[in-house]
Amino acid sequence: MITCKNLSFSYDEEQDPAIDDVSFTIEKGSFVAVIGHNGSGKSTLARLINALYLPSQGDVLVAGMNTKDPDKLLSIRKTAGMVFQNPDNQLVATIVEEDIAFGPENLGIPREEIGERIEKVLSIVGMEEYRHRPPHMLSGGQKQRIAIAGILAMEPEIIIFDESTSMLDPSGRKEVLETIKTLHEKGITIVLITHFMEEVLQAERVLVMEQGKLVLDNTPAEIFTHMELLKSYDLKVPEIIELAMELKKAGRDIEFPVFTEEDLVRQLCP
Amino acid sequence: MLKDMTLGQYYPIDSPIHRLDPRTKFLMTFMYIVLIFLFKEFYQYGLLLLGLGIVVWLSKVPQRFILRGIKPILFILIFAFVMNLFLTPGEVIWSFWKLSITREGLRLALLMMFRLFLLIMGSSLMTLTTSPIELTYAMEVLFTPLKRLGFPVHEMSMMMGIALRFIPTLTKETDKIMKAQMARGADFESGNLLSRARALVPILVPLFLSSILRARELADAMEARCYHGGEGRTRYRELCYEKRDAFAMVIFLVFFGGILWLPRIIA
Repeated sequence: MITCKNLSFSYDEEQDPAIDDVSFTIEKGSFVAVIGHNGSGKSTLARLINALYLPSQGDVLVAGMNTKDPDKLLSIRKTAGMVFQNPDNQLVATIVEEDIAFGPENLGIPREEIGERIEKVLSIVGMEEYRHRPPHMLSGGQKQRIAIAGILAMEPEIIIFDESTSMLDPSGRKEVLETIKTLHEKGITIVLITHFMEEVLQAERVLVMEQGKLVLDNTPAEIFTHMELLKSYDLKVPEIIELAMELKKAGRDIEFPVFTEEDLVRQLCP
Repeated sequence: MLKDMTLGQYYPIDSPIHRLDPRTKFLMTFMYIVLIFLFKEFYQYGLLLLGLGIVVWLSKVPQRFILRGIKPILFILIFAFVMNLFLTPGEVIWSFWKLSITREGLRLALLMMFRLFLLIMGSSLMTLTTSPIELTYAMEVLFTPLKRLGFPVHEMSMMMGIALRFIPTLTKETDKIMKAQMARGADFESGNLLSRARALVPILVPLFLSSILRARELADAMEARCYHGGEGRTRYRELCYEKRDAFAMVIFLVFFGGILWLPRIIA
């Protein structure tokens, strides 16, 4: 679905590249998390997939389309939708339904169909009753769900979440993560960019970025066994996993993966 | 202070006025503004105020919302009143030191105040009853003929729509910055005009900075949603004239025509 081949990108000739020779492939329908601390290049990567930036070297292919091909620009952005960090800065209209219509309008979808799509996507994100409200009166989590609905209305195959939960309070974050889970179940390929390690647990695969390089690429369970390495990248391992690791080190017989408190409790008191 | 800005603030309820086609409302407001400046008699303004009152009542928008629009221009209103009052030549009715009030000046000052008052009331009523997006659609449709002359009609209406969308967001942000500066001892209320203007700098600098950052992010988000100008774009919200629009237009024209002709009938 998404293929990066020897991808490099620099904002400035003289600076170190923000993305440095990265190659990977993301399968259709998968749920991939990309983690890394600030400045590791993870957001740049998202923008390269969406063709907001073009590679300095190498190629990005989205559903077989090269992002360097200007004729494919709209199809690429339609195929790989992107939800940004700040919910306020991605809503363009003053009424929820008109904001959701923005993407389909740009694609030239007939208005009857846009109406149907609005109804459909609002029910997916569970915001039907907010259809005629102005977005600035919604909470952060709700705004972000509307932003997701706006992307969904373009019927993408992939959705990239560029730190879409980082500006939300815990309950807003939960709302958005639940929505992401629903979308994955519907068969949409998810690329979740985050610096919250807890969010990574939902994913099927984790890419760890550090200084523009792809340093780890594996399942969450496998990733967390490299605890020292993750710490050296300034990434915080979820407490429950750290506890389980320490217990194992102290001689307890613990089987991984351990993601939640329940997982650990079940192993300690079977 | 910032909460008083009603201009450009949509009041989302359902009323006969809200349901009118935005093009109808836009044209009516335009004609209304022109007509305000054509009237010369006080009773004409009285009748106009009555008419406006009826429309306000029909729109179900609370009066205080509409009256709030006056506050930001109160200064201009008083300034225009005073200037007209003292600087119009004519028959002197009262004088004090070097200042003198003339009969013509008093008349002109009152008329000017009425006009400005009605102008603001009328235009805020339009923005209160018409969602900004509808308004920009209406402008885009009404200005379409200008496209032939190379005027960027779609871009203009897009910019307006976005500006209107961000008014509440930036208002909230300004309030936040003000409070943050006040918490650090900034004083916005005392001192003369100059020092008060100077006190605004620590508000405006962060506000501009964050607006520019917002604009960049918004541009990215719009591009990511396949925005590529007005070409090949459809519209979800289609505007269609209905019987009520024609009905409203007829009432409007009869009412205004009546007021306009009234002085001649009386004469």
